[in-house]
Amino acid sequence: MVYRALGEFLILVGSLFLFLAGIGLLRMPDVYNRMQTGTKATTLGALSLIMGVGIYHPQWFFKTAIISLFILLTNPVSSHALARASHNKGIPLAEGSVLDRYAEDKERGLKEEENDS
Amino acid sequence: MKVVVSTVVLFVLWVAITGSFDPQELSVGLITAAVISMIAPGVAGPEPKKWLQPKRYLFTFIYLFYFIYAMVKANLDVAMRVINPRLPINPGIVKVKTKLKTHAGKLALANSITLTPGTLSVDIVGQYLYIHWIDVKSPDIEAATQEIVKGFERFLEVIFE
Amino acid sequence: MSNLLIIVFALVSLATVMAVYRIVAGPTISDRAVGLDTATTITTAMIVLFSQIFHRAIYLDVALVYAVLAFLGVIALARYLEGGV
Repeated sequence: MVYRALGEFLILVGSLFLFLAGIGLLRMPDVYNRMQTGTKATTLGALSLIMGVGIYHPQWFFKTAIISLFILLTNPVSSHALARASHNKGIPLAEGSVLDRYAEDKERGLKEEENDS
Repeated sequence: MKVVVSTVVLFVLWVAITGSFDPQELSVGLITAAVISMIAPGVAGPEPKKWLQPKRYLFTFIYLFYFIYAMVKANLDVAMRVINPRLPINPGIVKVKTKLKTHAGKLALANSITLTPGTLSVDIVGQYLYIHWIDVKSPDIEAATQEIVKGFERFLEVIFE
Repeated sequence: MSNLLIIVFALVSLATVMAVYRIVAGPTISDRAVGLDTATTITTAMIVLFSQIFHRAIYLDVALVYAVLAFLGVIALARYLEGGV
């Protein structure tokens, strides 16, 4: 049963990445860095775990693919919304950050250039 | 034209989520999709004929592999940073410029940037994206664009523009 | 439940505990929101893991609906943080 072994391997890798996401959330110094590890590692971790379950039970493959596609589409959007909200709320970057173009440009006033599609 | 394309798109979505080919469910799905696309024909985007060009699907397929490769690389990178006891980060927010014009293209670009090595998109204003970079290599707009955006733009240009 | 699933479940549970620590400890409200965002994704993965453990496909539908609702919740939270309605 090769596909079962592959499924179990993917499940194990997924849980390892979820665990790493937890450590990153604990160790990183500010909101934005936490968001980085939180988003990337949980997305790949959840994706790998869910697809592992789908490969282990081939009759579920279709449904697990839908769930992982949905996670892939929505997870970055929610972290993007949170990042924008916290920056607009005025939460500063961690000490040791090298530059912040967004704050500079906001002081000058963001101008919306024409971008209709 | 618009109504037909958005009906087909919604119907495919319906079949994907229900996951059954029972004639009753299929007929209910078809009716629902038709009614929704008559009320809101904008579901398929501003230019529905883009859905009919096979080149876009081919590039989406290739892009998927490139994207998975970038994502796995991103995660190994994050894992190294998190495990390393000295926590090697050098964060900052940089500004990059994109050539993409459609809203869907910019959304896909921002999502891809968020899921790839060390970058997180914070805001989009016009043609410019503000990106939180965990390890800033250069504060310059051009160089940062080259580093972050170019790899994805090659594919997304064909898929969405 | 096989040994592998026990290890997997332990790792995922520890990840949830760390996310919840971030929710409790803060220090700012955005940190709590990030912790919640991470915790919901981990929970979605965990529900799928339940369907693997009990061999029931019905939990997959639960996971799908949970993912939709969690996404909407986090977006609403972000709107609130920004001071919108």
